[in-house]
Amino acid sequence: MNTEMICRVEDLGLVDYEDAWACQKVQVDRVRAGARPVLLLCEHPAVITLGRLAPEKNILVSRETLEHDGVQVVSIDRGGDVTLHAPGQLVVYPILPLAHWKKDLHWYLAQLEQVAIDLLKSFGIVANRISGKTGVWADSCKVVSIGIGVRQWVTYHGVGINVDMDLKLFDLIKPCGLDARMTSMARLKGVAVEMRDVKECLVKCFHRQFNLPMIYASAQL
Amino acid sequence: MSFVILPELGEGIEKATVACWHFKEGDLVSLDDDIVEVVTDKATFSVSAGASGTLTKILAQDGREVSVGETLGEIEPQ
Repeated sequence: MNTEMICRVEDLGLVDYEDAWACQKVQVDRVRAGARPVLLLCEHPAVITLGRLAPEKNILVSRETLEHDGVQVVSIDRGGDVTLHAPGQLVVYPILPLAHWKKDLHWYLAQLEQVAIDLLKSFGIVANRISGKTGVWADSCKVVSIGIGVRQWVTYHGVGINVDMDLKLFDLIKPCGLDARMTSMARLKGVAVEMRDVKECLVKCFHRQFNLPMIYASAQL
Repeated sequence: MSFVILPELGEGIEKATVACWHFKEGDLVSLDDDIVEVVTDKATFSVSAGASGTLTKILAQDGREVSVGETLGEIEPQ
């Protein structure tokens, strides 16, 4: 690995899905041009996103109902099916040049799963993979969702970690097209979990998994 | 002729599905342009142009399942 490679951590806070998406596109172009990799951290107001392979039928309520409830719907160029973001879910968008590690989509997905498993372990939660399904599970429920995009071997999209959120929102969709029950770190622990603590731990786990020095930088939306 | 080929995407990934072409036959493309997007189960991957020129043929249309190494299109270099 290039010893000079350092990853910028940018915390965007609570940000509209489409603003974060625009930010990712800019960052991907920069990293393609040789800039430092970036780890974007954020939360989104309630939004349902449809991946390339997502059938509309996996949204279980009408558009009118969603509009009434203030839930946006966005079609995007990520792999995977339908998913939902909302405040209390930590969304992580790593913008990494995979050529520095391994040009392998499955390898990268497994790295992200391991980061999430390590993170959860730090909070005393035993989580695992389920063969053939991407994501991370605890108590037979899904706690972390993963879907990625890659352009010229630079990554975008990423990971949604249910920290402490309104899990009823997942009743609006069939998450990832699966009949999966969703859970959160707070539900698994039975106590409130601080987003700030999860972000800090995530950066440490990411640093260890990718052997990548991390520096905090001001967010550039 | 420069061929647009589905590259190796990783261990155990032999196939992908063409999601969409960003250009149509006859369009001019530049080296490294993302010209066609494919999807696997949890990832989208943009295949880029290996040469600048005219996209003369699209051999794998949207929705087609394609294999690693398969030719997706042809570019006549300029």
